[in-house]
Amino acid sequence: MSDFLLSVHDLACARGDRLLFKGMNFSLKTGELLLVQGGNGQGKTSLLRLLTGLARPEAGEVRWCGALIGRQRETFHAAMVYLGHANGVKDDLNPVENLRFAEGLQGRTFDAPRAVATLERLGLSRCLDLPCRVLSFGQRRRVALASLLLAGAVLWILDEPLTGLDVHAVTLMEGLIRDHLTAGGMVVATTHQALNLEGVNVQRLLVGNVAIPELAVN
Amino acid sequence: MHRFVLAVLRRDLTLATRRRGDWLIAQFFFVMVASLFPLGVGPEPAMLARIGPGVLWVAATLASLLSLSRLFADDHRDGSLEHMVLSPEPTVLLVLGKSLAHWLIYGIPLLLVAPVLGIQFNLSWEAIWVLELSLLLGTPILSLLGGVGAALTLGLRGGGVLLTLLILPLYVPALIFGAGAVDGVMAGTGAEAHLSLLGAFFVLSLMIAPWIASAALRVSLE
Amino acid sequence: MNLYTYASPANFYRLAGKLIPWFAWGAGILTVWGLYISFFMAPTDFQQGEAYRIIFIHVPAAWMSMFIYMVMAFWGAIGLAFNTRLSFMMARALAPTGAMFTFVALWTGALWGKPMWGAWWVWDARLTSELILLFLYIGIIALWAAIDDIRRGDRAGSLLTLIGAINVPIIYFSVKWWNTLHQGSTINLMKAPSMAKIMLLGMLVLAIAAWFYTIAVALVRVRRVILERERQTEWVKAILEKEN
Repeated sequence: MSDFLLSVHDLACARGDRLLFKGMNFSLKTGELLLVQGGNGQGKTSLLRLLTGLARPEAGEVRWCGALIGRQRETFHAAMVYLGHANGVKDDLNPVENLRFAEGLQGRTFDAPRAVATLERLGLSRCLDLPCRVLSFGQRRRVALASLLLAGAVLWILDEPLTGLDVHAVTLMEGLIRDHLTAGGMVVATTHQALNLEGVNVQRLLVGNVAIPELAVN
Repeated sequence: MHRFVLAVLRRDLTLATRRRGDWLIAQFFFVMVASLFPLGVGPEPAMLARIGPGVLWVAATLASLLSLSRLFADDHRDGSLEHMVLSPEPTVLLVLGKSLAHWLIYGIPLLLVAPVLGIQFNLSWEAIWVLELSLLLGTPILSLLGGVGAALTLGLRGGGVLLTLLILPLYVPALIFGAGAVDGVMAGTGAEAHLSLLGAFFVLSLMIAPWIASAALRVSLE
Repeated sequence: MNLYTYASPANFYRLAGKLIPWFAWGAGILTVWGLYISFFMAPTDFQQGEAYRIIFIHVPAAWMSMFIYMVMAFWGAIGLAFNTRLSFMMARALAPTGAMFTFVALWTGALWGKPMWGAWWVWDARLTSELILLFLYIGIIALWAAIDDIRRGDRAGSLLTLIGAINVPIIYFSVKWWNTLHQGSTINLMKAPSMAKIMLLGMLVLAIAAWFYTIAVALVRVRRVILERERQTEWVKAILEKEN
C-alpha cells in the first residue's frame, strides 16, 4: 500500500448549544492507530462521525491525502469503512446474505468463498444459514466485523468495536487490528476496554475536558 | 451506476419476502378503507360509480403513506442506512433504488387489488382499465414524493403522522389527474389529457424528488 | 463596510433594531390610508353592495400568502447553498406570518362567499389552492417543531419549503383544471366590470402595508431567534446584562 494521510485541522463540533470540542488538530499516517479517549458524552462518537463525513463540522476541516473529504466523497468512502454502535446487520438475513448485500451496496462484487472463509475465521461457521435474528449480540457484532474485513478498506473507523465481545473475540479483534496496521492500514477507534496492542504505533487523543484513568496498554 | 440501483432493489425485495406480514397489512388497509365508503354513503350503484375513482385513489394514497414511514426507518434503526450512505455510490441512486423497491412491493399489488374494488364500486370495464393505467403512472409518484417525507421525518417522534401531514398536500396533483382520468372516461370526455398530465408529473417527480430526498437523508443522519 | 457586514447576526441584530420602527410606523400609516380609501372613497358596487369591500383585505392577504412562501423558499435555498445561518432564521421568522395571511385569505374568502355565492365555502380553484397552501405552511411549521436540533431543523424545513415551492404552481394548475371540469365555468372573482382605479389603489396601498407589517414582524422575530441561538456569545450576554 502506498502512503495515506488523514488529517484534521482546527476541528470544532457542537451538539445543540453545547460546544463539545474546538481547535482539534491531528494527523494519522499509514500503519498508525488513533485511540480516541474521553468520558461519556464528551464527543467521541461525534468526532468519528465527523471523520466519516456523516456529520458536518461546526468549524475546521477533515482532509484525506490532503484534500477535503467532502470534495472527494467517492474516493474517500471507497478507502474508509465505519462500524458504529449499530451493527448494520439485517435480522431477517443470514450472515452470508448480509455480507452479499453489504458488498453489493458498496459497489463491489461478492466473493462467496472468501466471505464464508472470513465468517469461519471469526468463529461463525455454525451460524452461516441462520437468520441473524437468532444470533447473540456478540455474534452479530462478529458478522459486522466480517463485513469490515471483506471491505478491504485502508481506514477503519471503529466506534466501541469491543462492546459485547467475549475474551476470545477481543483477542481476535486485537489480532485483526494489528494485522491491518502491519499491512499498511490505519485505524481510528474509541474504546472503554483495555487493548493489548504490543508493537503498534498508537496515538492517543483525549476528547473533552474530563480526564479519565489511563487505559492499560501492553 | 445501474448495478448499485439493482443491488439496493434486490436487497429490499429480499427483505420484503422475509416479512410478508407488512406487505399484506398495506393491501388489507387499501381494501378496508375503500370498503368503508359504501357503508358510509349507501349502496346505490350510480352514486358508487360516481365516487368510486376518487375513493380508490384516496385509499391508494393512504395505503402508500402507511408503508412509507418505514422506507428508511428500519435501516436507520439497525445502522445499515449509515453504511449505505457511506457507500462510494451516490446517495441519489440509493434513494431511487429504495423508492423503486417501495413501488414494486407496495404499489404494484395495489394495481392487482384495484380491479376487484372497481367492480365493488360498479365501475365499467373501460373505467377499470383507465383506473389501472392511472394507478400505474401515479403510484410511483407516491413512492418518490413519499421518499422525501420519509427522509425528512427520519427518527422523529410521531414521524408517521408528521410524514402524512407533510406529504399529502404534495400528492394533490397526482390525485386530481389520476381520479380525473377515470372520471373523464366515464363522462365520455376521454382520459388522454389527464393521463399525459399525470405522466408529466411523474417525470418531474422522478427528476426532482430523489435529489431532495437524498439531501434530506444526509441532513437527518447528521 | 460591505453587504457581508450585515450577514453576521450581531450586526444584523442592530440593523434590524433600527429598521423595525420605520416599518412598523409605515405599516400603521399605510393601513389607515388604505382602509380610508377602501371604506370611504371607493364607490359602492352596484351588484354586490357594500359586502364587496372585504376584497380590500382578502386580495392583499392572498397575495402575501403566496409571496411570503416564495420568499421563504428563496431564503431556504440561499441557506442551503451558502450555509448562512441568517437565511434560515429569516425563513423561520416568516412562516407564522405567511400562515396567518393564508388563514386570513381563507376566512375573508368565506365571508365574501356567503353574500356572493350563498355558501361559506365553494371549491373554487383559488380558495382550494389557498387551503392547500395553508396545509403546506402547517407542515413546515410542524416539521420545525418536531426537530430539536437547530441545524437539522433549519435544513429539513428549507428542503420541504423548496419541494413545496416547486409544487405550488403545479397544485394551482391542477386545481384550476379540476375546477373547470367540475363546475363548467369558474366564478371569476376579479371580473367586476372594469374595476375602478380607486379600488385598485386601495388594494395596492393595503398590500404595501401588509409588506411593511410582514417585514417588521419578521425582523422582531429574527431578533428574538438571534438572541436565543447566540446566547453563548459575548455580545448577546452584554445586551442581556444591559437590559436587566
